[in-house]
Amino acid sequence: MRDLVLSMIADGGLLAGMPYSLAAPLVMVAFGALVVFGFVLPIAGVTSWLERRVWARIQSRIGPNRVGPQGFLQWLADGLKNLLKEDIIPSAADKWLFSLAPYLVVAGFIATFATIPFTSSLIIADLNIGILYITGVTGIVVVGVLMAGWSSNNKWSLLGGIRSAAQIVSYEIPAGLSVFPIVLLTGTLSMQGIIRAQGWAPWDWFFFYNPFTFVAFFVFFVAALAEGNRTPFDIPEAESELVAGFCTEYSGMRYLLFFLEEWGNLYVIGAIVTTLFLGGWQVPAFTDNQTLLTVAQFGTFFLKAYFFVFLAMWVRATLPRLRVDQLMTVCWKYMVPIAIVNMIGTAAWMLLVPEALGRMVQIGMTVGGGVVVVVFFRRVRFHLRRANLQPSDYYYSPII
Amino acid sequence: MSLGGFDVQVLRENGFATEEMTLNMGPQHPSTHGVLRFVVRADGEIMTEAVPDVGYLHRSIEKISEKVGYHGFMPYTDRVDYVAAMPCNQGWAMVSEKLAGIEVPRRAEYCRVIASEFNRISSHLIAVGTMGMDIGAFTPFTHALREREHINNLLEELCGARLTFNYMRIGGVAWDLPPDFAEKALAYIDRFEPLIDEYNALISFNKIYKERLVNVAVISAADAINYNLNGPNLRGSGVDFDVRRDIPYSIYPELQFDVPIGTGEEGTVGDCFDRYMVRIREIQESCKLLRQCLQQIPDGPVLAKVPRKFKPPVGDAYVRVESARGDMGWYCVSDGSEYPYRVKIRTGSFTAMSIIEKVSRGLMIADLITVVASFDLVAPEVDR
Amino acid sequence: MDTAAIYSKLKERFGDVVLALETEHAGDPAIRIQPRAIAEVSAWLRTDADTAFDCLTNQSGVDYPDRNEVEVVYHLYSYSLRHTCVLKVGVSRDNPLVPTVDPVWKTANWMEREVFDLVGVVFEGHPDLRRILLPEDWVGHPLRKDFVEPTEYHGISTKRESML
Repeated sequence: MRDLVLSMIADGGLLAGMPYSLAAPLVMVAFGALVVFGFVLPIAGVTSWLERRVWARIQSRIGPNRVGPQGFLQWLADGLKNLLKEDIIPSAADKWLFSLAPYLVVAGFIATFATIPFTSSLIIADLNIGILYITGVTGIVVVGVLMAGWSSNNKWSLLGGIRSAAQIVSYEIPAGLSVFPIVLLTGTLSMQGIIRAQGWAPWDWFFFYNPFTFVAFFVFFVAALAEGNRTPFDIPEAESELVAGFCTEYSGMRYLLFFLEEWGNLYVIGAIVTTLFLGGWQVPAFTDNQTLLTVAQFGTFFLKAYFFVFLAMWVRATLPRLRVDQLMTVCWKYMVPIAIVNMIGTAAWMLLVPEALGRMVQIGMTVGGGVVVVVFFRRVRFHLRRANLQPSDYYYSPII
Repeated sequence: MSLGGFDVQVLRENGFATEEMTLNMGPQHPSTHGVLRFVVRADGEIMTEAVPDVGYLHRSIEKISEKVGYHGFMPYTDRVDYVAAMPCNQGWAMVSEKLAGIEVPRRAEYCRVIASEFNRISSHLIAVGTMGMDIGAFTPFTHALREREHINNLLEELCGARLTFNYMRIGGVAWDLPPDFAEKALAYIDRFEPLIDEYNALISFNKIYKERLVNVAVISAADAINYNLNGPNLRGSGVDFDVRRDIPYSIYPELQFDVPIGTGEEGTVGDCFDRYMVRIREIQESCKLLRQCLQQIPDGPVLAKVPRKFKPPVGDAYVRVESARGDMGWYCVSDGSEYPYRVKIRTGSFTAMSIIEKVSRGLMIADLITVVASFDLVAPEVDR
Repeated sequence: MDTAAIYSKLKERFGDVVLALETEHAGDPAIRIQPRAIAEVSAWLRTDADTAFDCLTNQSGVDYPDRNEVEVVYHLYSYSLRHTCVLKVGVSRDNPLVPTVDPVWKTANWMEREVFDLVGVVFEGHPDLRRILLPEDWVGHPLRKDFVEPTEYHGISTKRESML
């Protein structure tokens, strides 16, 4: 970022002659606005389209297919419709908190994009506390949700808001503890630093580094799903129980802001998981052309993050939801101890396991991962054959 | 009262007293299977009791029967339980035939059983689908409805309607089976039976699903009989009783089928999981029954000669029919005229609602939804 | 056991409160009991080893204005012995009081509420006798033969000028 600003205030750049202390914030704000309006909001919208299509295909339906090619502009239509709706605030609700809640939720979510590393040079701010910053800033979302539940003056919303607060606060712990093994391995909290400590090949990723980080990946992913209020942890917005949970009383754009946060958060989860465990934007150095390399890195990061978005949607379509006490049991009795064991195990691994053995384990786990993928596709084929469905009953492609 | 280690009494004594909240799970709710209302008193998540408030769908069908006559009442019986309308038709036809002593031709009886069993499958598909949906898994519901669409297509070919069939008449059925109905039906059953295994693989034995259902709302056999639970609810509690086998009517004595009962395979006998599995197994039994009927069906007339002005002799009769939701009791009092004097329909959902107040004590709010779904209630049956 | 055998057992045990065995009409034969003894008879029918009627499968109220009585009909079933029985109880239309059988079969709780709601029979000893299907403030008992539909409910008229 600093280099970019310096190149811009040098002679011949766009802001030639401007002092650094003025140019830097200007460029950062402009870039941030570009990222937010050009990337974050469309991402949240496109994720909503993807979710509806993936969900529908898993349920042997079609999904939106009218607005635009394959229904791709459905999210624009929904956004426009909601912007034009009447702004209803229940008369008994607390007006200021009611209005403020969605903004807090969206602010907490957008602020995480400041440290998402899209490529090796494209990042708004490469803070040296990158991952800690993200964990902290997503806490604002809890405040927003709780505010929404309370200020609606509705017992069901209150139940939803309190359940959500309890859930998010509880699941911060396994999520944070699962980041520890990675931090131990790399020695830095910075996002770019974590990516640079990995390589482009699967056996260089932290996912296959040692059994403890392997388990930490699953713990982190599940905890992140819980923080994002996704099934199987979507008690706060349990449709069948609480209508829409904490956002029951909301309508129009305020309502959509909550869901914008939910879908965009999926991308943030995917981005963080990619950074921590899957090597981020690392690609093999196949060319000298910087632009091409940047594009390849961006594409790699995007696809990896979107794979996890797809995984979260897949899980949502398949699994039922956990009851509140079961949710808490899973967190406190199972995930926290496992995460602590991971932390200690990684430290022990770093001390005790020699380099060569570690390398062998990495390659062995990568091969094991490949075997699991092959077995998975064979099971899918077996089930399809056993069900003997006709082509009219299901669709192959998850998206188109 | 204690739940999973939390003793509310101990908490209260130690100064953690909390107030009870009165919630209203109002008539409009995404998952109360129709317009049902519960007034829930809850201490946080744990309910002290959930009192049902019924009557939002009361349409005075019983009084309407006194105005429209015996033949005219048949379409109204569909609406008593529109999810499984054929057994309702059959119940009304049977009680009228019992009063007047009418003999139904054998082919008509086979048609009736075929229609009822198809409808039983489609009703159970909705039951297990909505059970999954209420727990949070939306996919099994859509898959179940996809299969139900095929059954609706078959029944549409049979009688022209997809939901409220009005297929049976007093003395038989309205129309004979279409020429290629048997082949299509058998082809469908061949295609459908393996899918139940897929369904089980998808949802029935899923760990999270079992956690939500097992050991929730255990109803003992004695309680089930005392509160007059019927059908899959009763069989889920371990009572081996099925009207089709034990008080046989129509041609059921000639057909071979098993009666699945709850055995507490994953938890206790009489919990929600048992009731759910009884329904899944009943779908398989209905497939067996359908195969036998479609192969054994004789030729002959499908409607006995019944006078237009149907005047049964003075008296009253009570008939029990195994509907998808339990056995429906049809009580008809006749005074010799062509209008029934009094009709009373005792439905399985009505009695299942009555036990909810007792069963809900100590459950969590999320479990109330599970219990209502496991009883497979529909509001029109409760209120008529 | 068929109804005639049950009738003779009841007559032997209870004597005069067992009024008659009605078999002349079409349909099911029924045993007519005196109203004040129905709770006792039900309890005995439930516990006696030969009858063992553990389930009340149906309870309905029928209005007979020409006999000036309201009849409550009980259909009993035994899951252990697999036989049925029909009991009938007749009370006067102006003051229909019947003892409740709720202590014997818990299902009678809701069934009697429905009979009270639609026909107007008051069950003595019922723990919670209030309307079940109709709103709490409804006036009248609709399944009576002389029920006249009210012209309005909470200010909404029940007459429509044209069906269209």
